[in-house]
Amino acid sequence: MSTETAAPAKPAEGLFSKKNRKLITDPLNDNNPITVQVLGICSALAITVKLENALVMSASVMAVLIAGNMIISALRNLIPGRIRIIAQLVIAAGLVTLVDIILKAYVYDVSKQVGVYVGLIITNCILMGRYEAFAMGNKVWPSALDGLGNSLGYAWILVAVAFFRELFGNGSLMGMRIIPESFYAVNGGGYFNNNMMILPPMALVIVGIIIWIQRSRNTKLIEQA
Amino acid sequence: MNLVNIFIKAIFIENMIFAYFLGMCSYLAVSKTVKTAVGLGAAVIFVLVVTVPVNYLLENYVLKQGALSWLGADFAEVDLSFLAFIMFIAVVAAIVQLVEMVVEKFAPALYGALGIFLPLIAVNCSILGGALFMQERQYSTIVEASSFALGSGVGWFLAIVAIAAIREKIRYSDVPAPLRGLGITFIITGLMGIAFMAFMGIKI
Repeated sequence: MSTETAAPAKPAEGLFSKKNRKLITDPLNDNNPITVQVLGICSALAITVKLENALVMSASVMAVLIAGNMIISALRNLIPGRIRIIAQLVIAAGLVTLVDIILKAYVYDVSKQVGVYVGLIITNCILMGRYEAFAMGNKVWPSALDGLGNSLGYAWILVAVAFFRELFGNGSLMGMRIIPESFYAVNGGGYFNNNMMILPPMALVIVGIIIWIQRSRNTKLIEQA
Repeated sequence: MNLVNIFIKAIFIENMIFAYFLGMCSYLAVSKTVKTAVGLGAAVIFVLVVTVPVNYLLENYVLKQGALSWLGADFAEVDLSFLAFIMFIAVVAAIVQLVEMVVEKFAPALYGALGIFLPLIAVNCSILGGALFMQERQYSTIVEASSFALGSGVGWFLAIVAIAAIREKIRYSDVPAPLRGLGITFIITGLMGIAFMAFMGIKI
């Protein structure tokens, strides 16, 4: 879990000052919620069979994280320290319920497939981690940016994993066929879908490989054994 | 027989970690040594076994459509299921708080050993996941739901103790530097997941 505690922004600071921009760019690489902070893995892996599901999930997390960060940051002086976990959970649960109802109303098919994982956004550690580590100690605007940055960091990993799983597992992207039908063995070609990719364990292996690539390019992230 | 079936299925075939990735965050963070893994695993079993039946009662006597009919005919149509998330997480958080206080009072040694893990269990996805799966799968009696909870907990316990044991041994191996720690743990978990898939399709 991250231990950063950014100092409160000075009043004269611009909306997109260097420090505020860093709030958005840091979680994309150096402080990525999934590959560095190890938060929010559960949902990240389970819904990455299809690119569409990954996008819907990322958008939901983004909405809940930004709104929650702003609400908690606005209330941070009113929430008593002892019951802050429950207060954070209730705010998260309320927002997630809203998202769930909206998904059911507008994208029912996806909502069916994403299933319990929308509910599990409540206990997605990214939410609690960011609420606790950032929103409780910072002003509303930096908290919103922090929420945006972290959900983007979460989203790109999700999309990357889903891209490979859908492409190699189904030969399609966003439901559109990428690998032509005529390549397949049934039509006289020599190509088979890799059914392993659709199975849950491959999501873990792909994230492992993404971490490998990221850390070999960004060597300061390597763990000391 | 059905109870045993649900129990075995929850451990091996529908394992919380390997099939649904629930509770991955603490699974990755707390699996550095076997000792802490056993502590957290035991705490998860305990909290699951307590919270799932409570949430089962809540679901069937308060939240589900028609669940309030015991209050009288006027309430037979009330459907509160949109409140499920908030109610479930509130129950989980409250019970975890209670458990923490009880353990602190009556078993200080265990409290010291579990330390920070107990409050963290409130946000362990496998606990809320257990409640949501219980809701989705519509178990017919509270005993079935408890059996499912115990099975899920034991499955989670097995998974975290196994990965902790492997991580203790892997310290002596020459893992490529960028893969050290988190990366290799992910890949090992994937391989274990593939091994666990051998149980798929087994009918008991």
